[in-house]
Amino acid sequence: MKHCRVAWSGAIHAGTEHPRGACLADGRIVDESAAVWLVPFEVGTVFAVGLNYADHAKELAFSRPAAPLVFLKGAGALAGHRAQSRRPGGVKLMHYECELAVVIGRTARNVARGEALACVAGYTVANDYTIRDYLENYYRPNLRVKNRDSCTLLGPWLVDAADVGDPGALELRTTVNGKVTQRGNTRDMIFDVPQLIEYLSAFMTLGPGDVILTGTPEGVVNVSPGDEIVTEIEGIGRLVNFVVDDA
Amino acid sequence: MTMWIETGRRPCPARWPAGTVYGALLNYRADLEALGPRMQAAPYNAPPRAPILYIKPRNTWIGDADPIPLPPGANALQVGATLGLVLGRPCVRATEETALDSVAALTVVNDACLPHDDVFRPAIKERCRDGFCPIGPPINRRVDAAALDGMVMLTYIGGAVRAEWKMADLVRSAARLLADVSEFMTLHAGDVLLIGSPRSAPLAAPGQRVAVEVTGVGRLENPVVAAGNAR
Repeated sequence: MKHCRVAWSGAIHAGTEHPRGACLADGRIVDESAAVWLVPFEVGTVFAVGLNYADHAKELAFSRPAAPLVFLKGAGALAGHRAQSRRPGGVKLMHYECELAVVIGRTARNVARGEALACVAGYTVANDYTIRDYLENYYRPNLRVKNRDSCTLLGPWLVDAADVGDPGALELRTTVNGKVTQRGNTRDMIFDVPQLIEYLSAFMTLGPGDVILTGTPEGVVNVSPGDEIVTEIEGIGRLVNFVVDDA
Repeated sequence: MTMWIETGRRPCPARWPAGTVYGALLNYRADLEALGPRMQAAPYNAPPRAPILYIKPRNTWIGDADPIPLPPGANALQVGATLGLVLGRPCVRATEETALDSVAALTVVNDACLPHDDVFRPAIKERCRDGFCPIGPPINRRVDAAALDGMVMLTYIGGAVRAEWKMADLVRSAARLLADVSEFMTLHAGDVLLIGSPRSAPLAAPGQRVAVEVTGVGRLENPVVAAGNAR
């Protein structure tokens, strides 16, 4: 099942996928363009993994990391499907990152990789923007680059883990104004989903609603105000975002 | 996480902290001076410009008297008293003059970590372990710069004061830090911003009791224990 949360007609509703948009719990149908799409689950700790595809690491002139490069984000950075993300004035490079997001379903500590997928509630699509102009070499990537308001998008659906099966063989692609700019497959992750859960849970307790953004493959390009960015993952969803001027 | 009460037995809110806990790195002037020429060399290549932040996630939050587990293989815990600014309303694109208006409460925090020399990559494994953020209750009060300037941050190990610092030791004052962070992101009501603590903070071993105090705000005391079940 694909679950969503939408604001519509003065209230917040849980819903599921429908060809026109969302089917609310009481059976009413809301058109995709009529709903305000919220992040589809209650979010706990937000983890992001950098340089987790060998081709993207190479694209950025980094070697393959020996351990996962993990950083955290705050809730203020998050927004849902069809949100607007602001491009700061005067910057040279703002790029999207299409990522598989893994949502934890239960408390997890010291989980071996063979058991890790049993801790997963489901999956969603992430688009995690970067403003490269603001990179500094302290706790890199620093939050000025990666924790900007509404620059980490999640949605439209939380897809039940049972409906996805193996998260290690999913096609990813991004289009900018309809033109394909990024393609990849989750099989090319350096640290796959079970390894990431094993790694994190070995030194900290994960909880329901924690989410791991698992990194992006090569093919990131600069985006501009007015662009429509679609990050899409096979079987998970198609996450639309609009870049606007920061005025 | 355990529900908890502060020293003095005052209960804290049921959902606390309500938002994200951010901390400022390298906001202690002596830390920058100690890095000195290293900041010009790889991998840093330049001194920091904007505030460098990290996050203390919810698994790190504990209360007064809760044990801080030190993982096997680690023989020392770095502990440091700091002040948490608790936001009462959104702080975005603020100026140094207006930033403190967004702060509704203060809290005392022990920003614990495993010692680490390298500050190039986010120190998740060092800073984000379970129990590595003892945090006091929010003390509601009107905050002004003069009151903050008079506060002293004290760190105790085994009952003895091992570190002591004040606002004047910071690169960015609380108001300046809030304003500079609010240039690139919104701090929301319920978020907490830790204003920094010395990287050269004292070390504690399993079996020792550590305490942190912010004068006029509160005190937390926690035992450091060897973790049994962590790898």
